[in-house]
Amino acid sequence: MQSMKVICPNGHLGFAPLKPGSFRIGIDAGPDIIAADSGSDDVGPVPLGSDTSTSPLEWQTQDLEAMLLASRERKVPMIIGSAGDTGANSRVDLYLKIIRELAAKHRLAPFKLGWFYSEVDREWLRGKIRSGDAVTGLDARPDLDEAELDATDRIVAMAGVHPFIKLLDMGADVIIGGRSSDCAVFAAPAIRAGFPESLSYYLGKVLECASFCAEPYGGKETVLGEISHEDVKVTAMHPDQRCTVASVAGHAMYERSSPYYEYVAGGTLDMRECRYEQVGPKTTRITGPKFIPIDRVRVKLEGSGKVGERFVGIAGVRDPYTIANIDRVIQWARDQVVERFGTTGYELHYTVYGRNGIMGSMEPLRDRPGHELCVVVQGVAPTRAMAELVCMTGTRQMFYARLPDVKGTAGSVAFVLDEVMQASPAYRWTLNHTVGIDDPMELFPCHVATVGA
Amino acid sequence: MTTRTLSQLAKTIRSKNAGTDKITFDIIFRERPEYEMVKKSGAITRPKMAKLLNIDEARITDFVEYDEAYAIKFTILREHPSGSAGDPDIFGSQQYAPLLGIEIEEN
Repeated sequence: MQSMKVICPNGHLGFAPLKPGSFRIGIDAGPDIIAADSGSDDVGPVPLGSDTSTSPLEWQTQDLEAMLLASRERKVPMIIGSAGDTGANSRVDLYLKIIRELAAKHRLAPFKLGWFYSEVDREWLRGKIRSGDAVTGLDARPDLDEAELDATDRIVAMAGVHPFIKLLDMGADVIIGGRSSDCAVFAAPAIRAGFPESLSYYLGKVLECASFCAEPYGGKETVLGEISHEDVKVTAMHPDQRCTVASVAGHAMYERSSPYYEYVAGGTLDMRECRYEQVGPKTTRITGPKFIPIDRVRVKLEGSGKVGERFVGIAGVRDPYTIANIDRVIQWARDQVVERFGTTGYELHYTVYGRNGIMGSMEPLRDRPGHELCVVVQGVAPTRAMAELVCMTGTRQMFYARLPDVKGTAGSVAFVLDEVMQASPAYRWTLNHTVGIDDPMELFPCHVATVGA
Repeated sequence: MTTRTLSQLAKTIRSKNAGTDKITFDIIFRERPEYEMVKKSGAITRPKMAKLLNIDEARITDFVEYDEAYAIKFTILREHPSGSAGDPDIFGSQQYAPLLGIEIEEN
Protein backbone atom coordinates (compact mmCIF):
# COMPACT_ATOMS: atom_id res chain seq x y z
CA MET A 1 0.00 0.00 0.00
CA GLN A 2 1.49 3.31 -1.11
CA SER A 3 -0.79 5.54 0.89
CA MET A 4 -3.84 5.40 3.11
CA LYS A 5 -6.60 7.97 3.47
CA VAL A 6 -8.40 8.48 6.78
CA ILE A 7 -11.24 10.92 7.39
CA CYS A 8 -12.37 12.33 10.70
CA PRO A 9 -15.76 14.06 10.83
CA ASN A 10 -15.90 15.03 14.49
CA GLY A 11 -13.43 15.74 17.28
CA HIS A 12 -15.69 14.48 20.05
CA LEU A 13 -18.49 12.45 18.52
CA GLY A 14 -21.79 13.12 20.26
CA PHE A 15 -20.78 16.32 22.04
CA ALA A 16 -22.10 18.32 19.06
CA PRO A 17 -23.30 16.92 15.72
CA LEU A 18 -21.01 16.53 12.69
CA LYS A 19 -21.67 18.76 9.68
CA PRO A 20 -23.03 16.58 6.83
CA GLY A 21 -21.83 18.78 3.93
CA SER A 22 -18.08 18.36 4.46
CA PHE A 23 -18.58 14.76 5.61
CA ARG A 24 -20.11 13.93 2.21
CA ILE A 25 -17.18 15.59 0.46
CA GLY A 26 -14.84 13.54 2.65
CA ILE A 27 -16.65 10.32 1.75
CA ASP A 28 -16.49 11.18 -1.94
CA ALA A 29 -12.71 11.61 -1.59
CA GLY A 30 -12.51 7.83 -1.16
CA PRO A 31 -11.21 7.22 2.37
CA ASP A 32 -9.80 3.84 3.42
CA ILE A 33 -10.87 4.44 7.02
CA ILE A 34 -13.61 6.51 8.68
CA ALA A 35 -12.73 7.25 12.29
CA ALA A 36 -13.57 9.48 15.22
CA ASP A 37 -12.88 9.79 18.87
CA SER A 38 -15.92 10.16 21.14
CA GLY A 39 -14.50 11.00 24.54
CA SER A 40 -12.69 13.54 26.65
CA ASP A 41 -11.77 14.17 30.25
CA ASP A 42 -12.71 17.78 29.55
CA VAL A 43 -16.27 17.13 30.62
CA GLY A 44 -15.24 16.76 34.25
CA PRO A 45 -15.44 13.78 36.60
CA VAL A 46 -19.25 13.47 36.84
CA PRO A 47 -19.95 11.36 33.71
CA LEU A 48 -17.24 8.79 34.51
CA GLY A 49 -18.13 8.62 38.18
CA SER A 50 -21.88 8.40 37.70
CA ASP A 51 -21.57 6.18 34.58
CA THR A 52 -23.46 8.55 32.29
CA SER A 53 -22.82 10.54 29.09
CA THR A 54 -22.92 14.31 28.75
CA SER A 55 -23.70 13.90 25.06
CA PRO A 56 -27.37 13.49 24.13
CA LEU A 57 -28.34 10.08 22.74
CA GLU A 58 -29.81 11.74 19.66
CA TRP A 59 -26.50 13.33 18.63
CA GLN A 60 -24.55 10.16 19.37
CA THR A 61 -26.98 8.16 17.22
CA GLN A 62 -27.02 10.70 14.41
CA ASP A 63 -23.23 10.72 13.98
CA LEU A 64 -22.87 6.97 14.37
CA GLU A 65 -25.59 6.57 11.72
CA ALA A 66 -23.82 8.87 9.24
CA MET A 67 -20.50 7.07 9.74
CA LEU A 68 -21.98 3.56 9.71
CA LEU A 69 -23.90 4.11 6.48
CA ALA A 70 -20.84 5.60 4.77
CA SER A 71 -18.61 2.81 6.07
CA ARG A 72 -20.95 0.06 4.82
CA GLU A 73 -21.58 1.81 1.52
CA ARG A 74 -17.86 2.05 0.78
CA LYS A 75 -16.94 -1.22 2.53
CA VAL A 76 -14.21 0.45 4.60
CA PRO A 77 -13.69 0.13 8.35
CA MET A 78 -15.29 2.54 10.80
CA ILE A 79 -13.42 3.09 14.06
CA ILE A 80 -14.69 4.85 17.20
CA GLY A 81 -12.61 5.42 20.33
CA SER A 82 -13.65 6.43 23.87
CA ALA A 83 -17.32 5.61 23.37
CA GLY A 84 -19.92 7.87 24.98
CA ASP A 85 -17.63 10.56 26.50
CA THR A 86 -15.92 8.37 29.08
CA GLY A 87 -15.17 5.05 27.37
CA ALA A 88 -16.64 3.18 30.35
CA ASN A 89 -18.05 -0.32 29.75
CA SER A 90 -21.66 0.87 29.84
CA ARG A 91 -20.84 3.49 27.17
CA VAL A 92 -19.31 0.82 24.90
CA ASP A 93 -22.45 -1.29 25.37
CA LEU A 94 -24.62 1.73 24.59
CA TYR A 95 -22.80 2.31 21.28
CA LEU A 96 -23.02 -1.41 20.42
CA LYS A 97 -26.76 -1.24 20.94
CA ILE A 98 -27.04 1.87 18.74
CA ILE A 99 -24.99 0.22 15.97
CA ARG A 100 -27.14 -2.93 16.10
CA GLU A 101 -30.35 -0.90 15.97
CA LEU A 102 -29.05 1.14 13.05
CA ALA A 103 -28.04 -2.02 11.20
CA ALA A 104 -31.57 -3.37 11.62
CA LYS A 105 -33.19 -0.05 10.73
CA HIS A 106 -31.27 0.18 7.45
CA ARG A 107 -31.28 -3.60 6.80
CA LEU A 108 -27.52 -3.52 6.33
CA ALA A 109 -25.74 -6.52 4.86
CA PRO A 110 -23.97 -8.59 7.56
CA PHE A 111 -20.78 -7.09 8.96
CA LYS A 112 -18.39 -7.81 11.81
CA LEU A 113 -18.71 -5.59 14.86
CA GLY A 114 -15.70 -5.49 17.15
CA TRP A 115 -15.30 -3.86 20.54
CA PHE A 116 -13.08 -3.67 23.56
CA TYR A 117 -13.55 -2.57 27.16
CA SER A 118 -11.28 -0.29 29.16
CA GLU A 119 -12.52 -0.35 32.73
CA VAL A 120 -9.98 -1.35 35.33
CA ASP A 121 -10.80 -3.49 38.34
CA ARG A 122 -10.01 -1.75 41.61
CA GLU A 123 -8.69 -4.94 43.21
CA TRP A 124 -6.27 -5.46 40.33
CA LEU A 125 -4.88 -2.00 41.01
CA ARG A 126 -4.75 -2.72 44.73
CA GLY A 127 -2.59 -5.71 43.90
CA LYS A 128 -0.23 -3.45 41.97
CA ILE A 129 0.06 -1.06 44.91
CA ARG A 130 0.61 -3.91 47.39
CA SER A 131 3.24 -5.59 45.23
CA GLY A 132 5.21 -2.35 45.09
CA ASP A 133 4.57 -1.78 41.38
CA ALA A 134 3.87 1.93 41.78
CA VAL A 135 0.81 3.49 40.20
CA THR A 136 2.56 6.73 39.33
CA GLY A 137 0.92 10.14 39.66
CA LEU A 138 0.88 12.51 36.68
CA ASP A 139 0.96 16.32 36.83
CA ALA A 140 2.44 16.58 40.32
CA ARG A 141 0.05 14.04 41.87
CA PRO A 142 1.47 11.60 44.41
CA ASP A 143 1.53 7.88 43.61
CA LEU A 144 -1.80 6.15 44.18
CA ASP A 145 -2.45 4.85 47.68
CA GLU A 146 -5.23 2.58 48.90
CA ALA A 147 -7.21 5.39 50.53
CA GLU A 148 -7.52 7.26 47.25
CA LEU A 149 -8.29 3.98 45.46
CA ASP A 150 -11.11 3.31 47.94
CA ALA A 151 -12.51 6.78 47.27
CA THR A 152 -12.80 5.91 43.57
CA ASP A 153 -16.01 4.69 41.93
CA ARG A 154 -14.85 3.98 38.38
CA ILE A 155 -11.51 3.71 36.58
CA VAL A 156 -10.76 3.54 32.86
CA ALA A 157 -7.43 2.86 31.22
CA MET A 158 -6.36 4.73 28.12
CA ALA A 159 -5.76 2.20 25.34
CA GLY A 160 -3.08 2.69 22.73
CA VAL A 161 -3.19 1.18 19.25
CA HIS A 162 -3.03 -2.44 20.46
CA PRO A 163 -6.73 -3.39 20.85
CA PHE A 164 -7.68 -1.56 17.65
CA ILE A 165 -5.05 -3.48 15.68
CA LYS A 166 -6.15 -6.74 17.27
CA LEU A 167 -9.80 -6.12 16.34
CA LEU A 168 -8.83 -5.27 12.76
CA ASP A 169 -6.85 -8.54 12.72
CA MET A 170 -9.99 -10.32 13.95
CA GLY A 171 -11.80 -8.97 10.89
CA ALA A 172 -13.85 -6.20 12.47
CA ASP A 173 -15.55 -3.86 9.99
CA VAL A 174 -16.86 -1.56 12.70
CA ILE A 175 -14.98 -0.98 15.96
CA ILE A 176 -16.34 0.55 19.16
CA GLY A 177 -13.53 1.26 21.56
CA GLY A 178 -13.48 1.89 25.28
CA ARG A 179 -11.30 4.72 26.60
CA SER A 180 -8.41 5.26 24.25
CA SER A 181 -5.82 7.85 23.29
CA ASP A 182 -7.40 10.03 20.64
CA CYS A 183 -4.53 9.57 18.24
CA ALA A 184 -4.50 5.75 18.58
CA VAL A 185 -7.89 5.55 16.87
CA PHE A 186 -6.30 6.82 13.64
CA ALA A 187 -2.76 5.53 14.11
CA ALA A 188 -3.83 1.89 14.55
CA PRO A 189 -5.01 1.15 10.98
CA ALA A 190 -1.98 2.98 9.54
CA ILE A 191 0.51 1.03 11.69
CA ARG A 192 -1.27 -2.21 10.85
CA ALA A 193 -0.97 -1.39 7.14
CA GLY A 194 2.80 -1.05 7.54
CA PHE A 195 3.29 2.71 7.69
CA PRO A 196 5.95 4.07 10.08
CA GLU A 197 4.83 4.50 13.68
CA SER A 198 6.09 8.08 13.74
CA LEU A 199 3.93 9.21 10.83
CA SER A 200 1.00 7.06 11.94
CA TYR A 201 0.84 8.64 15.41
CA TYR A 202 1.26 12.06 13.85
CA LEU A 203 -1.64 11.29 11.51
CA GLY A 204 -3.73 10.56 14.58
CA LYS A 205 -2.52 13.64 16.40
CA VAL A 206 -3.48 15.95 13.56
CA LEU A 207 -6.86 14.32 12.79
CA GLU A 208 -8.19 13.75 16.31
CA CYS A 209 -10.06 17.05 16.60
CA ALA A 210 -11.31 17.07 12.99
CA SER A 211 -11.43 20.64 11.62
CA PHE A 212 -9.69 22.22 14.61
CA CYS A 213 -6.52 21.77 12.53
CA ALA A 214 -8.00 23.95 9.77
CA GLU A 215 -8.79 27.64 9.38
CA PRO A 216 -10.88 29.71 9.58
CA TYR A 217 -12.09 28.37 12.91
CA GLY A 218 -15.12 26.09 12.69
CA GLY A 219 -15.58 22.79 14.48
CA LYS A 220 -17.24 19.53 13.48
CA GLU A 221 -16.19 19.72 9.82
CA THR A 222 -14.49 16.75 8.18
CA VAL A 223 -10.76 16.66 7.48
CA LEU A 224 -8.83 14.07 5.47
CA GLY A 225 -5.38 12.79 6.35
CA GLU A 226 -3.30 10.82 3.86
CA ILE A 227 -0.29 8.89 5.11
CA SER A 228 2.54 7.57 2.93
CA HIS A 229 5.90 6.10 3.89
CA GLU A 230 7.43 9.59 3.73
CA ASP A 231 4.83 12.07 4.94
CA VAL A 232 1.36 12.96 6.14
CA LYS A 233 -0.85 15.31 4.14
CA VAL A 234 -3.90 16.84 5.77
CA THR A 235 -6.70 18.50 3.79
CA ALA A 236 -9.79 20.40 4.93
CA MET A 237 -12.98 19.10 3.31
CA HIS A 238 -15.19 22.12 3.96
CA PRO A 239 -15.19 24.37 0.84
CA ASP A 240 -14.23 27.43 2.90
CA GLN A 241 -11.66 25.84 5.20
CA ARG A 242 -7.97 25.24 4.58
CA CYS A 243 -5.26 23.33 6.37
CA THR A 244 -2.36 25.79 6.52
CA VAL A 245 1.10 25.55 8.01
CA ALA A 246 -0.08 27.83 10.82
CA SER A 247 -3.33 25.99 11.49
CA VAL A 248 -1.72 22.54 11.47
CA ALA A 249 1.35 23.52 13.50
CA GLY A 250 -0.94 25.47 15.81
CA HIS A 251 -3.14 22.46 16.40
CA ALA A 252 -0.21 20.56 17.94
CA MET A 253 -0.59 22.90 20.93
CA TYR A 254 -4.28 22.42 21.47
CA GLU A 255 -5.22 21.05 24.90
CA ARG A 256 -1.62 19.96 25.50
CA SER A 257 0.87 21.25 27.99
CA SER A 258 3.62 20.98 25.35
CA PRO A 259 3.34 21.23 21.55
CA TYR A 260 6.31 18.91 21.09
CA TYR A 261 5.35 15.66 22.79
CA GLU A 262 2.39 13.30 22.84
CA TYR A 263 2.48 10.34 25.23
CA VAL A 264 0.59 7.17 24.35
CA ALA A 265 0.56 3.63 25.69
CA GLY A 266 3.68 2.39 23.92
CA GLY A 267 5.83 5.47 23.66
CA THR A 268 6.16 9.15 22.88
CA LEU A 269 5.51 11.07 19.68
CA ASP A 270 8.26 13.68 19.37
CA MET A 271 7.19 16.60 17.16
CA ARG A 272 10.19 18.86 17.77
CA GLU A 273 11.53 18.37 14.26
CA CYS A 274 8.27 18.39 12.37
CA ARG A 275 8.40 20.34 9.13
CA TYR A 276 5.26 21.85 7.68
CA GLU A 277 4.81 22.77 4.05
CA GLN A 278 1.84 24.16 2.13
CA VAL A 279 1.45 21.83 -0.87
CA GLY A 280 -2.00 22.85 -2.08
CA PRO A 281 -4.60 25.51 -1.35
CA LYS A 282 -6.25 23.34 1.34
CA THR A 283 -3.44 20.92 2.10
CA THR A 284 -0.41 20.94 4.39
CA ARG A 285 2.32 18.30 4.30
CA ILE A 286 4.13 17.20 7.44
CA THR A 287 7.44 15.37 7.68
CA GLY A 288 9.90 14.71 10.47
CA PRO A 289 7.93 13.42 13.49
CA LYS A 290 9.71 10.76 15.54
CA PHE A 291 8.37 8.00 17.72
CA ILE A 292 10.29 6.82 20.76
CA PRO A 293 8.98 3.44 21.92
CA ILE A 294 9.02 2.57 25.60
CA ASP A 295 10.37 -0.72 27.01
CA ARG A 296 7.55 -1.48 29.40
CA VAL A 297 4.20 -0.02 28.38
CA ARG A 298 2.66 2.39 30.89
CA VAL A 299 -1.05 3.04 30.55
CA LYS A 300 -2.75 6.21 31.71
CA LEU A 301 -5.62 5.78 34.16
CA GLU A 302 -8.55 8.07 34.81
CA GLY A 303 -10.62 7.61 37.94
CA SER A 304 -13.56 9.43 39.41
CA GLY A 305 -14.96 9.20 42.93
CA LYS A 306 -18.18 10.45 44.45
CA VAL A 307 -17.85 13.24 46.98
CA GLY A 308 -21.52 13.56 47.83
CA GLU A 309 -24.98 14.71 46.88
CA ARG A 310 -25.17 18.32 45.76
CA PHE A 311 -27.58 21.24 45.90
CA VAL A 312 -27.13 24.69 44.42
CA GLY A 313 -28.46 28.06 45.62
CA ILE A 314 -28.28 31.52 44.04
CA ALA A 315 -28.23 34.94 45.70
CA GLY A 316 -27.84 38.44 44.21
CA VAL A 317 -26.48 41.58 45.84
CA ARG A 318 -26.99 45.24 44.84
CA ASP A 319 -26.19 47.31 47.97
CA PRO A 320 -22.65 48.70 47.50
CA TYR A 321 -21.91 48.41 51.22
CA THR A 322 -22.93 44.75 51.18
CA ILE A 323 -20.87 44.18 48.04
CA ALA A 324 -17.83 45.72 49.74
CA ASN A 325 -18.41 43.33 52.65
CA ILE A 326 -19.47 40.25 50.71
CA ASP A 327 -16.82 38.10 52.37
CA ARG A 328 -18.33 38.94 55.78
CA VAL A 329 -21.79 38.03 54.48
CA ILE A 330 -20.45 34.68 53.30
CA GLN A 331 -18.60 34.14 56.58
CA TRP A 332 -21.83 34.77 58.50
CA ALA A 333 -23.64 32.15 56.43
CA ARG A 334 -20.76 29.70 56.80
CA ASP A 335 -20.81 30.17 60.55
CA GLN A 336 -24.49 29.27 60.66
CA VAL A 337 -23.72 26.04 58.78
CA VAL A 338 -20.89 25.27 61.20
CA GLU A 339 -23.24 25.86 64.13
CA ARG A 340 -25.63 23.25 62.75
CA PHE A 341 -23.27 20.72 61.15
CA GLY A 342 -19.81 21.33 62.60
CA THR A 343 -16.73 21.88 60.47
CA THR A 344 -16.36 18.53 58.69
CA GLY A 345 -18.44 15.98 56.83
CA TYR A 346 -19.69 18.32 54.11
CA GLU A 347 -18.47 20.91 51.58
CA LEU A 348 -19.80 24.42 51.11
CA HIS A 349 -18.58 26.47 48.13
CA TYR A 350 -19.27 30.09 47.25
CA THR A 351 -18.64 31.44 43.75
CA VAL A 352 -18.91 35.24 43.64
CA TYR A 353 -19.75 36.33 40.09
CA GLY A 354 -19.12 39.98 39.44
CA ARG A 355 -15.95 39.88 41.50
CA ASN A 356 -13.81 36.79 40.89
CA GLY A 357 -16.34 34.04 40.14
CA ILE A 358 -14.49 32.65 37.15
CA MET A 359 -10.85 33.07 38.12
CA GLY A 360 -10.90 32.95 41.90
CA SER A 361 -7.59 34.01 43.43
CA MET A 362 -6.04 34.34 39.95
CA GLU A 363 -8.37 37.26 39.09
CA PRO A 364 -6.31 40.47 38.79
CA LEU A 365 -9.45 42.61 39.29
CA ARG A 366 -10.56 40.77 42.43
CA ASP A 367 -10.51 44.02 44.39
CA ARG A 368 -12.84 45.78 41.95
CA PRO A 369 -16.25 44.11 42.14
CA GLY A 370 -19.08 45.25 39.87
CA HIS A 371 -22.17 47.14 40.96
CA GLU A 372 -24.06 43.91 41.42
CA LEU A 373 -22.95 40.40 42.36
CA CYS A 374 -24.36 36.93 41.88
CA VAL A 375 -23.31 34.37 44.44
CA VAL A 376 -23.69 30.68 43.58
CA VAL A 377 -23.68 28.41 46.62
CA GLN A 378 -22.95 24.68 46.44
CA GLY A 379 -23.63 22.36 49.35
CA VAL A 380 -22.21 18.83 49.14
CA ALA A 381 -22.95 16.15 51.74
CA PRO A 382 -23.35 12.36 52.07
CA THR A 383 -27.16 12.42 51.83
CA ARG A 384 -29.58 14.48 49.76
CA ALA A 385 -31.36 15.72 52.84
CA MET A 386 -28.16 16.96 54.42
CA ALA A 387 -26.85 18.50 51.19
CA GLU A 388 -30.13 20.36 50.79
CA LEU A 389 -30.00 21.68 54.32
CA VAL A 390 -26.32 22.66 54.10
CA CYS A 391 -26.99 24.52 50.88
CA MET A 392 -30.22 26.06 52.17
CA THR A 393 -28.53 27.29 55.33
CA GLY A 394 -25.53 28.58 53.40
CA THR A 395 -27.80 30.43 50.96
CA ARG A 396 -30.68 31.72 53.10
CA GLN A 397 -28.45 32.85 55.95
CA MET A 398 -26.84 35.34 53.56
CA PHE A 399 -30.21 37.09 53.72
CA TYR A 400 -29.78 37.53 57.48
CA ALA A 401 -26.12 38.53 57.50
CA ARG A 402 -25.35 41.02 60.25
CA LEU A 403 -23.35 43.91 58.88
CA PRO A 404 -22.89 46.78 61.37
CA ASP A 405 -23.62 49.76 59.12
CA VAL A 406 -26.06 48.31 56.63
CA LYS A 407 -29.00 50.61 55.77
CA GLY A 408 -31.17 47.87 54.33
CA THR A 409 -32.28 45.81 57.28
CA ALA A 410 -34.94 43.83 55.45
CA GLY A 411 -32.64 41.38 53.67
CA SER A 412 -28.97 41.42 52.59
CA VAL A 413 -29.42 39.57 49.31
CA ALA A 414 -31.93 39.21 46.47
CA PHE A 415 -33.30 35.77 45.60
CA VAL A 416 -34.20 34.79 42.06
CA LEU A 417 -35.61 31.59 43.57
CA ASP A 418 -36.36 31.11 47.22
CA GLU A 419 -35.18 27.53 47.09
CA VAL A 420 -32.09 25.45 46.47
CA MET A 421 -31.92 23.10 43.52
CA GLN A 422 -30.68 19.56 43.31
CA ALA A 423 -27.69 19.26 40.95
CA SER A 424 -25.66 16.28 39.78
CA PRO A 425 -23.79 14.64 42.66
CA ALA A 426 -20.30 16.02 43.14
CA TYR A 427 -17.43 13.83 41.94
CA ARG A 428 -13.72 14.47 41.72
CA TRP A 429 -10.88 13.16 39.61
CA THR A 430 -9.21 10.70 41.94
CA LEU A 431 -6.88 9.15 39.38
CA ASN A 432 -4.64 10.81 36.84
CA HIS A 433 -1.92 8.18 37.00
CA THR A 434 -0.07 5.59 34.97
CA VAL A 435 0.40 1.89 35.58
CA GLY A 436 2.95 -0.44 34.03
CA ILE A 437 1.71 -3.52 32.18
CA ASP A 438 3.66 -6.40 30.70
CA ASP A 439 1.13 -7.22 27.99
CA PRO A 440 -0.41 -4.19 26.27
CA MET A 441 -3.64 -6.18 25.78
CA GLU A 442 -3.96 -7.06 29.46
CA LEU A 443 -6.50 -4.36 30.27
CA PHE A 444 -8.46 -4.33 27.02
CA PRO A 445 -10.50 -7.48 26.34
CA CYS A 446 -11.57 -7.67 22.68
CA HIS A 447 -14.78 -9.16 21.23
CA VAL A 448 -16.21 -9.63 17.74
CA ALA A 449 -19.74 -10.54 16.63
CA THR A 450 -21.51 -10.62 13.30
CA VAL A 451 -24.36 -8.15 12.97
CA GLY A 452 -27.22 -8.33 10.51
CA ALA A 453 -26.97 -12.01 9.73
CA MET B 1 7.86 54.30 20.93
CA THR B 2 4.23 53.14 20.74
CA THR B 3 2.30 50.71 22.83
CA ARG B 4 -0.23 48.13 21.71
CA THR B 5 -2.10 45.51 23.67
CA LEU B 6 -1.61 41.79 23.19
CA SER B 7 -5.19 41.50 21.95
CA GLN B 8 -4.38 43.95 19.15
CA LEU B 9 -1.32 41.95 18.12
CA ALA B 10 -2.35 38.32 18.49
CA LYS B 11 -4.74 36.29 16.33
CA THR B 12 -5.73 33.93 19.14
CA ILE B 13 -5.48 34.17 22.91
CA ARG B 14 -7.08 31.22 24.67
CA SER B 15 -7.05 28.92 27.66
CA LYS B 16 -8.17 25.31 27.90
CA ASN B 17 -7.74 22.21 30.04
CA ALA B 18 -4.67 20.12 29.37
CA GLY B 19 -5.85 16.98 31.14
CA THR B 20 -7.61 17.03 34.49
CA ASP B 21 -5.01 18.90 36.51
CA LYS B 22 -3.70 21.64 34.21
CA ILE B 23 -4.81 24.63 32.19
CA THR B 24 -2.82 25.68 29.14
CA PHE B 25 -2.66 29.16 27.62
CA ASP B 26 -1.97 29.81 23.91
CA ILE B 27 -1.05 33.16 22.37
CA ILE B 28 -0.89 32.77 18.59
CA PHE B 29 0.13 35.41 16.05
CA ARG B 30 -0.84 35.62 12.40
CA GLU B 31 2.57 36.73 11.14
CA ARG B 32 6.16 36.28 12.19
CA PRO B 33 6.99 40.00 12.82
CA GLU B 34 4.33 40.39 15.52
CA TYR B 35 5.41 37.13 17.10
CA GLU B 36 9.09 38.08 17.12
CA MET B 37 8.32 41.53 18.46
CA VAL B 38 6.27 40.22 21.38
CA LYS B 39 8.84 37.51 22.06
CA LYS B 40 11.66 40.07 22.18
CA SER B 41 9.63 42.59 24.21
CA GLY B 42 10.02 40.46 27.31
CA ALA B 43 6.41 41.10 28.27
CA ILE B 44 5.47 37.40 28.22
CA THR B 45 7.76 35.46 30.52
CA ARG B 46 7.33 32.84 33.22
CA PRO B 47 7.72 35.31 36.12
CA LYS B 48 5.44 37.89 34.50
CA MET B 49 2.68 35.37 33.85
CA ALA B 50 2.96 34.07 37.42
CA LYS B 51 2.65 37.62 38.73
CA LEU B 52 -0.29 38.44 36.44
CA LEU B 53 -2.19 35.37 37.64
CA ASN B 54 -1.15 35.74 41.27
CA ILE B 55 0.40 32.26 41.42
CA ASP B 56 3.74 30.80 42.43
CA GLU B 57 6.07 30.42 39.50
CA ALA B 58 6.35 26.74 40.39
CA ARG B 59 2.75 26.30 39.25
CA ILE B 60 3.83 27.10 35.67
CA THR B 61 4.87 23.66 34.45
CA ASP B 62 5.70 24.51 30.84
CA PHE B 63 6.62 27.67 28.99
CA VAL B 64 7.35 27.37 25.27
CA GLU B 65 8.10 29.84 22.50
CA TYR B 66 6.86 27.78 19.59
CA ASP B 67 8.41 29.30 16.48
CA GLU B 68 6.74 26.92 14.01
CA ALA B 69 3.29 28.28 14.87
CA TYR B 70 4.27 31.85 15.88
CA ALA B 71 2.96 31.05 19.31
CA ILE B 72 3.82 31.44 22.96
CA LYS B 73 2.36 28.79 25.21
CA PHE B 74 2.42 28.15 28.92
CA THR B 75 0.69 25.70 31.21
CA ILE B 76 -0.27 25.95 34.86
CA LEU B 77 -1.27 23.43 37.48
CA ARG B 78 -4.85 23.87 38.65
CA GLU B 79 -5.61 24.53 42.28
CA HIS B 80 -8.08 21.63 42.22
CA PRO B 81 -8.76 19.07 39.47
CA SER B 82 -11.28 20.18 36.83
CA GLY B 83 -14.93 19.78 37.73
CA SER B 84 -14.41 19.41 41.48
CA ALA B 85 -17.32 20.98 43.39
CA GLY B 86 -16.69 24.71 43.42
CA ASP B 87 -14.57 24.74 40.24
CA PRO B 88 -16.17 27.54 38.23
CA ASP B 89 -14.49 26.68 34.91
CA ILE B 90 -14.71 22.96 34.17
CA PHE B 91 -13.11 23.38 30.71
CA GLY B 92 -10.62 26.03 31.80
CA SER B 93 -11.78 28.06 28.82
CA GLN B 94 -12.22 31.52 30.42
CA GLN B 95 -8.93 31.99 32.23
CA TYR B 96 -7.12 33.96 29.51
CA ALA B 97 -8.85 37.35 29.87
CA PRO B 98 -6.09 39.06 31.88
CA LEU B 99 -3.69 38.39 28.98
CA LEU B 100 -5.71 40.50 26.54
CA GLY B 101 -4.67 43.83 27.97
CA ILE B 102 -0.94 43.14 28.38
CA GLU B 103 0.86 46.14 26.94
CA ILE B 104 3.64 45.59 24.42
CA GLU B 105 6.07 48.40 23.75
CA GLU B 106 7.05 48.67 20.10
CA ASN B 107 10.32 50.20 18.97
